[in-house]
Amino acid sequence: MRSRAELACLVAVALAAAGCAQMQHTASTPAKPAAGYGKPISEADIAPWNIDIRTSDGRGLPAGSGTVAQGKSIYDAKCVACHGADAKGGPVYGAMVGGIGSFTTNARVLTPGSMYPYAPILFDYIRRTMPMDRPLSLTPNEVYALSAYILNLNGLVPANAVMDAKTLPAVQMPNRNGFIRDDRPDAKAGRCMTGCK
Amino acid sequence: MASDTRLRSLPKRTLLTREDEVRLESEDRRAFLRKSAALAGGALAAGGVASTGRTAPLPVPPTAQEMGRPIPPAMYGMPSKYEAHVARRRTDVLVNRQNWSDWSMTPLQHQYGIITPNGLIYERHHAGTPDIDPKSHKLVIHGMVRQPLVFSMADLMRYPTVSRFYFLECSGNGLTDWLKPASTTVQQTHGLLSGAQWTGIPVSWLLDEVGVQPGAKWLAFEGADGSNHTRSMPIEKVLDDCLLVYASNGEMLRPENGYPLRLLVPGWEGNVSVKWLRRIKVGDQPWHFRSETARYTDPMPQGKWRQFSFEMECKSVITRPSGGMKLGAPGWYEIQGLAWSGNGRITAVDVTLDGGRNWQEATLDQPVLDKCLSEFRFRWNWNGSPAVIASRAVDSTGYVQPTVADLQKTRAIVGFVQHHNAVQPWSVAANGEVKNAIPG
Repeated sequence: MRSRAELACLVAVALAAAGCAQMQHTASTPAKPAAGYGKPISEADIAPWNIDIRTSDGRGLPAGSGTVAQGKSIYDAKCVACHGADAKGGPVYGAMVGGIGSFTTNARVLTPGSMYPYAPILFDYIRRTMPMDRPLSLTPNEVYALSAYILNLNGLVPANAVMDAKTLPAVQMPNRNGFIRDDRPDAKAGRCMTGCK
Repeated sequence: MASDTRLRSLPKRTLLTREDEVRLESEDRRAFLRKSAALAGGALAAGGVASTGRTAPLPVPPTAQEMGRPIPPAMYGMPSKYEAHVARRRTDVLVNRQNWSDWSMTPLQHQYGIITPNGLIYERHHAGTPDIDPKSHKLVIHGMVRQPLVFSMADLMRYPTVSRFYFLECSGNGLTDWLKPASTTVQQTHGLLSGAQWTGIPVSWLLDEVGVQPGAKWLAFEGADGSNHTRSMPIEKVLDDCLLVYASNGEMLRPENGYPLRLLVPGWEGNVSVKWLRRIKVGDQPWHFRSETARYTDPMPQGKWRQFSFEMECKSVITRPSGGMKLGAPGWYEIQGLAWSGNGRITAVDVTLDGGRNWQEATLDQPVLDKCLSEFRFRWNWNGSPAVIASRAVDSTGYVQPTVADLQKTRAIVGFVQHHNAVQPWSVAANGEVKNAIPG
């Protein structure tokens, strides 16, 4: 069965050979084949891969917890070489503290504290990417502790904070309302041909 | 003007690139110039005028007097050794202190046509390039589905194939050159851009197979690289035209471009075309990952950030002549370039020779495809005076490529600015030197 778009395209071909060129998508999408080749798998068997966190409410955060103090000792062992002491920036990467309030200036400083709208982004990102030479090697307790430490350095949780699946999503991030949805096209350029400037 | 057949008999000029000039310094300069002059048919002579004087008899090429290399029993063909300067290059402006989360750029000044060779497709990785054995690679689709499914590469390659021509562009393309020139060549200003024919299957087939539950609105895509890279995507786009791709330009993907499996999202920022794809999760909201909040968002006035700005808007650039090249004597030159739009197909490209005061329509080469690179050309009789040349594209939505000044009216040009689709001016000096002239 040909779709309307395909038929329209065929008519366009009859009228003008070049008319169909732009329709590469609709013109040649074959129908889905009758057979499928996926093998059923249970969510239990997917669990080792199922690590994404819905960061707006923390859905997917695992059991476990970590403190600021624990986070500092893990940081000093596994993170400091690249990110520097107290997350102020190191030989490889820049600062992960500060920048709050900088976005209305001409020098926006992007750190987890200034930029993340939701604190569970720390957990999701640290677990899946860090340390860079051994991603996915940290335990949930270690990731909670590192999240607590970075948040504390940014002044967003107290020194005695304990982060877990309940407390981490509850941290109020300063950039929570800093995002707007895509409203492009925003530029309205004209097609002036002569005497334009 | 483009149809003026008298122009077709004119000799082509030699445009030296910066890499060529670097090579000149490292080789026997005179021997190279002799070779170049021979290759270009006397390109450095005055504009199109045939020599009437006696010249030296043509030497018979030594290669015509000996046997060449034999055909080896098995071999992957490579470019001529004289093309070694045509290579991807890392940024030389925003130099990273490590090269795992880094990028390399396509040498657009050396690209002919709308297809980027596989070895020159730009790279952007967040934890380096993994080497994945396709025999062990798996794709899982789960979440809000009737039945979670797992696919091997052999499973995926049993489906009928779909091949399409699309551009791929990083949202950060041009990020170093907004208010003043920082880059020298078009490779450095625009080289996070490539074009290819991609082969795979529609994602919609597999979503149909797992049975997406009512209420599903967003999908998360996750890679098998060391960054376990993730992005959220609205389901409408995925169902519309997204492909699971395992081949480009007639062969399996290169490791650095997602081997053995990647997502290909036509017209959207390259970051969502997740490479080394291993998991798709179906959900009802976006995940707000770091790569769609703290990064890949656009600075806006009042300290705001524009989020989920997926489409790569209409854009064009002159690739020849471009920054780092040098024109020879005054006379006829063909201005060539690329135009593309993530919102449709290119309908027109205009060229200015006087820094934007006056514009003339260029010739668009066929094929002109939806969300694909298109080639344009314009014949220019350069009189030897300083000039500022630039191109401006229009797409099938009627959108006209803006200038930096146009974009600055609505966006904040501070920090790590994304989605730079402004007009790129190049200045041509009286001595023929071509330089980056952003913002124009």
